[in-house]
Amino acid sequence: MQLARVIGTVVSTVKNDSLVGRKLLVVQTVDKNLQATGKPMVAVDAVGAGVGELVFWCRGKEASFPFKREDTPTDCTIVGIVDSEQHVTR
Amino acid sequence: MIIARILGTVVSTQKDERLSGKKLLIVRPINVDGTDTTGYVVAVDTVGAGFHERVLVVAGSSARLAQGMKDVPVDAAIVGVIDTVNVKDD
Repeated sequence: MQLARVIGTVVSTVKNDSLVGRKLLVVQTVDKNLQATGKPMVAVDAVGAGVGELVFWCRGKEASFPFKREDTPTDCTIVGIVDSEQHVTR
Repeated sequence: MIIARILGTVVSTQKDERLSGKKLLIVRPINVDGTDTTGYVVAVDTVGAGFHERVLVVAGSSARLAQGMKDVPVDAAIVGVIDTVNVKDD
């Protein structure tokens, strides 16, 4: 899992049926100092995150596990919201 | 998931039989602001995307979870056509 900041949203009308109703967010992975690192990704939201929040996301096939795991095509899913930046100790 | 732009098509006659009937497209990963990155990926289309459209590409084993891709040997699938991307300015 990776720590990331939600920096935006994506709107898609024509998409795989199993993604209908799912919120798509742009996440920017951050390092332990909460500085951006790497390229932003598009993630499916499983927890109700919003823009500006610090979250952690899961990559790979496991990303589909919060949903119907056999037919939700996602390789990047937000699975948790960090309570506050003070909760990231380093 | 990554954002990509469709740049072309691939025609293949001799291929795994489970890939027959599937549309193969050449896509290039792009940044959230729409600028190009480098490299190309061949992805299977599951939504009927068209030339030069921005799309969502799922990579890895999650690509097999897209509609009609069960047990198909793919590691990149187009699962959505992007209408808009909104990214918060820092």
